[in-house]
Amino acid sequence: MSVDTATVKKVASLARIAISDADAERLAPELNNILGWIEQLGEVDTANVEPTTAVIPNSLRLREDVVTESDQRAAVLANAPQGEHGFFTVPKVVE
Amino acid sequence: MSNITDLGVAQLRDGVRDGAFSATEVATAFNDAVAKAKPLNAFIVETPEHALAAAKAADDARAAGETPKPLAGVPIGMKDLFATKGVQTTAASHILEGFTPPYESTVSQRLWDAGAGMLGKLNLDQFAMGSSNETSYFGNVISPWRRNDGGNAPLAPGGSSGGSSSAVAARIAPGATGTDTGGSIRQPAAFVGISGIKPTYGRCSRWGVVAFASSLDQAGPMARDVRDCAIMLEHMAGFDPKDSTSLDLAVPKWEAGLSGDLKGKRIGIPKEYRVEGMPEEIEALWQQGIAWMKDAGAEIVEVSLPHTKYALPAYYIIAPAEASSNLARYDGVRYGQRALPEGANLQDMYAATRAAGFGDEVKRRILIGTYVLSAGFYDAYYTQAQKVRTLIAQDFENAWTVCDLLLTPTAPSAAFALGEKSADPLAMYLNDVFTVPSSLAGLPAMSVPGGLDKSGLPLGLQIIGKPLDEQGVLNASLAIEERAGFTARPEAWW
Repeated sequence: MSVDTATVKKVASLARIAISDADAERLAPELNNILGWIEQLGEVDTANVEPTTAVIPNSLRLREDVVTESDQRAAVLANAPQGEHGFFTVPKVVE
Repeated sequence: MSNITDLGVAQLRDGVRDGAFSATEVATAFNDAVAKAKPLNAFIVETPEHALAAAKAADDARAAGETPKPLAGVPIGMKDLFATKGVQTTAASHILEGFTPPYESTVSQRLWDAGAGMLGKLNLDQFAMGSSNETSYFGNVISPWRRNDGGNAPLAPGGSSGGSSSAVAARIAPGATGTDTGGSIRQPAAFVGISGIKPTYGRCSRWGVVAFASSLDQAGPMARDVRDCAIMLEHMAGFDPKDSTSLDLAVPKWEAGLSGDLKGKRIGIPKEYRVEGMPEEIEALWQQGIAWMKDAGAEIVEVSLPHTKYALPAYYIIAPAEASSNLARYDGVRYGQRALPEGANLQDMYAATRAAGFGDEVKRRILIGTYVLSAGFYDAYYTQAQKVRTLIAQDFENAWTVCDLLLTPTAPSAAFALGEKSADPLAMYLNDVFTVPSSLAGLPAMSVPGGLDKSGLPLGLQIIGKPLDEQGVLNASLAIEERAGFTARPEAWW
């Protein structure tokens, strides 16, 4: 399976990374090289094999649904590139 | 007395406890060494005041006759992947430049609670993605080692924990934290002739560690010897309710349990780790390691891990897939850098922010991850890789029926020069061939120095153990350390 520049641009758009035409042309052969190499996994017989999601057996814990930290608004907003009136702000999304 | 900065974690702890020197003298000596070692570029941020404050607390406690904390008087380096309250935390990326966490990671908090101080935040491959420390936004880390050919070619300190390995090898930190997703503690440790252990997945909390691939990421210590690693690991590991994959188990007394006597232990030698093109010196060191194991009383068993060759391709699906998901959080809204071109809407802002904020290798992995998770390819790539991961874990389980531990080389080569492999991502990925399988299986694994190659560069041996058998891993590593007598150190040129 081969990735062309259009596919690179589509994937970059899904990943929300702006790329130029030149970047896409440079990345296509690089990604093909890597994807070509990982495709060898297809030769492994995995019929009746369960996929691993948790590598060390562990059961997910539940905790009480209680507030453990409160009044952290200033700390949460402290690193925001832009914040106003106690909120994160972004470019206008509604006309 | 010898130079304070020549001492390791245990010696510093004991020296401060016994009053041979004060914690403040120790912190000052290491702070000065860090300040002088700028050419290594091991630190992104230096925090001499943090180290001095911890030292003062240790000295005051001693003067007041209090029981010393377990790491009182020991200053360490903190990989810049751990969130540190009030101290910039970047993961060596531009997108997190200026990010100052209002919270502390669990692992670093445990170390401070144990009395350790921080010398600074250590450089690394950007978001821990790399094997040579050439992907940091803050510049390459240089290994303190040089080849003995008289040339001054700057060498890679390994990666991703390259600032950690460089600093410990250069004696500007007695120990450092690292993180290991596919070999990022063990390979850099091997490249610079120090020790490093990745514990069982779940031993160390991932809370407050910048996430790369969550099903693989584990923190661990890097230090000059096995005892120092055991001491540090005891004060990094432990149950944390804030990490859903944290293991709810008591932390063993690994230091007290150290013993290089391997009588009754069966050491497996996986035949699939004999890879094509591996330098003879690595094979020779492996054979030497086998002899050392026998000398320590162990029995040697040949084992087979038949799916070994599929570990790397499976890893390079799983890790980028998880990374593409984890790194979605860097959107220029809540923290870090924002790029806002004139007239940009919200979607444009995301794309511009991420284009400007991520380095080439990070983008490459996000794109691969996005591709393998995208509609139509998910099962062929991601599900297949997860199934292969199961087979790799089963290989190890089968091996444990005939042996207790595995002995392998840590890396397929000694340190390479900066720039030597950076043009070919795939060649760089192949560096992790011996470390990735145990990461996929979540197993504890350690690298210890075994000797030097003909260029005078360190080579490491790796011990892999059963889940939760860090003690077995540490002890077999100690047996190697006791027999290797590795005392080589880089000559200071920085």
